[in-house]
Amino acid sequence: MLAGQSGDEKYYEFIRAKFGLDQPLTTQLWIYLSGVLRGDLGYSLGYQQPVLRVILERIPATLLLMLSAIFLSTTVGVVLGVEAARRENSFIDRAINTVALLGYSIPSFSIGLLLLIVFALHIGLFPAQNMSSANQELTGLSYLLDVLRHLALPAATLAIVQFAQVMRLTRTQMLTVLRENFITTARAKGLRERQVIYGHALRNALIPLVTILGSDFGTLLSGAVLVETVFAWPGLGRLLIDSIAMRDYPVLMGIFLMISISVAVANLCTDLVYSLLDPRVKYA
Amino acid sequence: MTRMMNPEKTKPRLARVRSSKTSICALLLLMLFVLAAGFAQWVAPRDPLKTSGQTLRAPSREFFFGTDDLGRDVFSGVVHGARTSITTGLTVALLSGLWGVLIGLIAGYAGGLWDDLLMRLTELFLIPPRFFMALVIAAIFGASHFTVIIILTITYWPFTARLVRAEVMSLKERSFVEAARAMGATPTRILLRQILPNALPLIVTQVILMIGGVILIEAGLDFIGLGDRNHISWGYMLHNGQHFIRDAWWMVVFPMLAVSLLVFALNVLGDALNRALDPRSRIEYLNKPV
Repeated sequence: MLAGQSGDEKYYEFIRAKFGLDQPLTTQLWIYLSGVLRGDLGYSLGYQQPVLRVILERIPATLLLMLSAIFLSTTVGVVLGVEAARRENSFIDRAINTVALLGYSIPSFSIGLLLLIVFALHIGLFPAQNMSSANQELTGLSYLLDVLRHLALPAATLAIVQFAQVMRLTRTQMLTVLRENFITTARAKGLRERQVIYGHALRNALIPLVTILGSDFGTLLSGAVLVETVFAWPGLGRLLIDSIAMRDYPVLMGIFLMISISVAVANLCTDLVYSLLDPRVKYA
Repeated sequence: MTRMMNPEKTKPRLARVRSSKTSICALLLLMLFVLAAGFAQWVAPRDPLKTSGQTLRAPSREFFFGTDDLGRDVFSGVVHGARTSITTGLTVALLSGLWGVLIGLIAGYAGGLWDDLLMRLTELFLIPPRFFMALVIAAIFGASHFTVIIILTITYWPFTARLVRAEVMSLKERSFVEAARAMGATPTRILLRQILPNALPLIVTQVILMIGGVILIEAGLDFIGLGDRNHISWGYMLHNGQHFIRDAWWMVVFPMLAVSLLVFALNVLGDALNRALDPRSRIEYLNKPV
């Protein structure tokens, strides 16, 4: 593949020996695994750089996208969930629920394309592609604003993907918590409704949300891959798609490894945070 | 021994689903898609892959949903795409359902070492995010219609396995199972005639919720460009359409509506069934995969 279709036999052999392809499969696997343990993920064929460096370069962009999406989806999702729970079975409650289920059914790349058509192409409010404007040199505050303008659509897309889950969970939790005795006590004390809802009920309802956010990390990453494809956002997802297109397997394997590890770490963090928030949970 | 389905208990539940207007709409929508998929040759006016000179036509009476950059009819593509999506979704749900039920039954009923062994194996498959696993396998081994189905089956069975195991563990302590055991029924018979029928409503609900997820992942793979090129699919149409988004919105909007409406109908139905079965349902919260 690297040597082309019609090289001579000697050149093929040289390439095989150079990349260790003449070794048996088990030896190749051993070399790869022992490299991974030393933090060496191999050498990218497409970028001619160590895989680790290629991947690390792309992580900030993806992280920025994911964090802004999480921020957006939790704030909007929690507020709407609380409002829906306060008016259980009302028109508003059912409307919010339907919207959530709808958001749950539309694939992320579709939402992205839709936002792209409406806001970037027809209204022209936000740029459609990339992370910053390529044609001008910007520094300081104007650069920040430029990135934010580019961030708006991809982050909104990814937030919509997650928002439904956050909203539905908040709603169910609030409904359970609002029936508890301490809420009745709080109301009987004459506290304002707002304080009862946001001060007492919400604090207890939010604990399971941590679990959802943690276990959703992988889902959010998958969403990020597709969203990055739509908006040409220069993150891990783009890198993944490019490495597939270029058959750059070391990079592909490296990304997969990084993602699996980060998902496992996210799950561990979730459990630890959970035990901090809820003192009843103890780990031996 | 007859099956332990309690008619008084199951009937009003289903009736509740049947009487809800939303569920009926969802069911009708679903039937529309299934009919389109089943009779695609007769419903679609043209061959969805056949190119013509009339490229990038806007929706008109001749082409309901317009044509794409190679003059292919978008409406025919959407109709035939329903077939691809539904067959993939159904096959994966059935295959992974069967495999998951088998593992879940054995692990839940045998307990002990078998349970530990099978559950650790199941968890191993749950760690990497489903979409990535499918993506990487498809990228390395190439994605035909067949491999996509196999890949998705591999990524989906653990959910059924865990659900069935939990259900079996609670059912096997019930007195009717004890009665069957006292009568000398073999474990296989107990599992198939006593436990499985009781776990079935739960399994069916989860399978319905699963189909929607499978359809989304399949569309996602096709959208990235990793799908089967020999069949038309909604994901592929979106993949193709995104390059012409400026001039031909219909290439994107109609396949998008199709995939969203189908998954929406499946989710509404699954949701209604889920709530009717048990408000504090044991069905694992199925994350939206992509």
